[in-house]
Amino acid sequence: MEIPVMVGAGLVVIGVGIGIGKIGGSAMEAIARQPESYGKIQTAMLIAAALIEGIGFAALFAV
Amino acid sequence: MNLLEDFSIGLFFWQTLLFVFLLLLLKKYAWKPMLTAVNDREEGIRNALDSAEKAKLEMQNLQADNQKLLKEARAERESMLKEAREIKNKMIEDAKDQAKEEANKLVVQAQASIQSEKKAAIAELKSQVANLSIEIAEKVVREELSNKDKQIKLVESMLGEATLN
Amino acid sequence: MQRKITVKTITLLLCLVSFVSFGKNDDAAKGDKKSEIKEYIQHHLKDSYDFSLFSYTTDSGEHKYIGAPLPVILWDNGLKVFSSSNFHHGETLAEVDGDYYKLYHSKIYKTDAQGTINYDEDHHPTNVKPLDFSITKSVVMIIITGLLMFFLFRGLAKSYATNGGIAKGFGRFFEPIVLYIRDDIAIPNIGEKKYMKYMPFLLTVFFFIWFLNIFGLTPLGVNVTGNIAVTASLAILTFLLTNLTGTSDYWKHIFDPLGDSMPWYAKIPLYIILIPIEVLGIFIKPFSLLIRLYANMQAGHIVLMSLIGLMFIFKSWLGSPLSFGLAFAISLIEILVALLQAYIFTMLSALYFGFAAEEHDHSEEAHSH
Repeated sequence: MEIPVMVGAGLVVIGVGIGIGKIGGSAMEAIARQPESYGKIQTAMLIAAALIEGIGFAALFAV
Repeated sequence: MNLLEDFSIGLFFWQTLLFVFLLLLLKKYAWKPMLTAVNDREEGIRNALDSAEKAKLEMQNLQADNQKLLKEARAERESMLKEAREIKNKMIEDAKDQAKEEANKLVVQAQASIQSEKKAAIAELKSQVANLSIEIAEKVVREELSNKDKQIKLVESMLGEATLN
Repeated sequence: MQRKITVKTITLLLCLVSFVSFGKNDDAAKGDKKSEIKEYIQHHLKDSYDFSLFSYTTDSGEHKYIGAPLPVILWDNGLKVFSSSNFHHGETLAEVDGDYYKLYHSKIYKTDAQGTINYDEDHHPTNVKPLDFSITKSVVMIIITGLLMFFLFRGLAKSYATNGGIAKGFGRFFEPIVLYIRDDIAIPNIGEKKYMKYMPFLLTVFFFIWFLNIFGLTPLGVNVTGNIAVTASLAILTFLLTNLTGTSDYWKHIFDPLGDSMPWYAKIPLYIILIPIEVLGIFIKPFSLLIRLYANMQAGHIVLMSLIGLMFIFKSWLGSPLSFGLAFAISLIEILVALLQAYIFTMLSALYFGFAAEEHDHSEEAHSH
């Protein structure tokens, strides 16, 4: 496997990690602010995280 | 990893076939009866809650009705008491009137009888006085008067002149 | 909840025990352990033609396999059915009606009587691959899971009828999950009116994926949901169900997303870009579903097996317990992932069905994504 592709995939994975981390953090803040809408926030968080995760896997499989 | 190389048509075929078969089977024999049962149960719970709520409302209505009835009864008692009092007063009043009347009547009667008694007594007194006078006179004048008849006539006439009234 | 935890603990223990036993075959070949573990993981991730529980190497260097052979069904100028024991785990050729087949890297190739494999310049075999409808290990697991699900949920459904609407028995454990899928996945995403139409699919897909994921963590060592053909099949069913039940509003949203908000001549330049994106979206949605499930399960298995393999590479008082602890932690995470991936697949399917079933408040939907 060529090195640039692997580096690119690594960069994508870093981006995905940051993205999912931000989603998780924001979800935590949102839950802290409005504990009563815990369920809705969690669902939205999982969906968003799952969608971003897809990009990460696409990058991994490009390697 | 090469995704296309990993892709196995046979596995895909079996997976699709078995999954669709499983889906149809479960749909008919498991999910439909299950969901219907759960829905029915929830409907039942909802109905039970509704009817409980209704019963509560009915109870409240009943209580309100009772309160109303009680109030009415109280008012009725009040009015009955009032009426009774009025009747009592009226009866007393009537009795008083009647008694007064009776008393008046009695007084009048008594007066009348007194009058008549008086009259009778006076008449008797008159006759007695006459007799007494005659006797006295007789005694007094017995010796003086020989002629008795003449003397009586005289006395009577004198008495008649001397009215007592 | 208590029960769930105990079941999972038992599953986990079995899983670890099994992987430990997997590793035993390394004892004989000490030198090339790394490549052997790598080979082993590669082999584990792929489908196999026999249901092997574990294998070991005798002192005389002979490979012994414990398990059962499965039928191989090929379509190669006519239907050919034979037992996978003919391959002897890739060590011999299988001869059927004068044709020779070789098992090479978990794939069946048609060869000559000597079993020659020709390669192209990228070292890929160029031999003919016959159409393969074999009952493989994954297919067996799918059948077992299907039967398990059928009897479990059939029993649950029956217990409702016999107990006056109240579930009894082991299936009762699954009732809250079924209700959760109905109340928190189907109804909020699809809507009160139409959710019943999609419920059977959502429930089946959720339990199917969940059970298979959990089976993947057991000593059976199967990796069904980490198989692209399986996830592709599931995703294609979601895709078909979405687009076949799509309302006119759904299609209007794809081909006329702006609606009456501007005159038609203004929309044309926008639509040159917008419509291809929307149409692409139809295909990207199920594709992301299939890749997500496949990649998660595959990655989980690779990580878990690599960590277990490390134990046998380190073979020290420090390294082996460390990798054991790591493998234990990853196993716990994998149990969560097994549930989470089933949940996400179901959730996203419900979301897509929701778009398809949408009928009114068109403008609102347009804003929501």
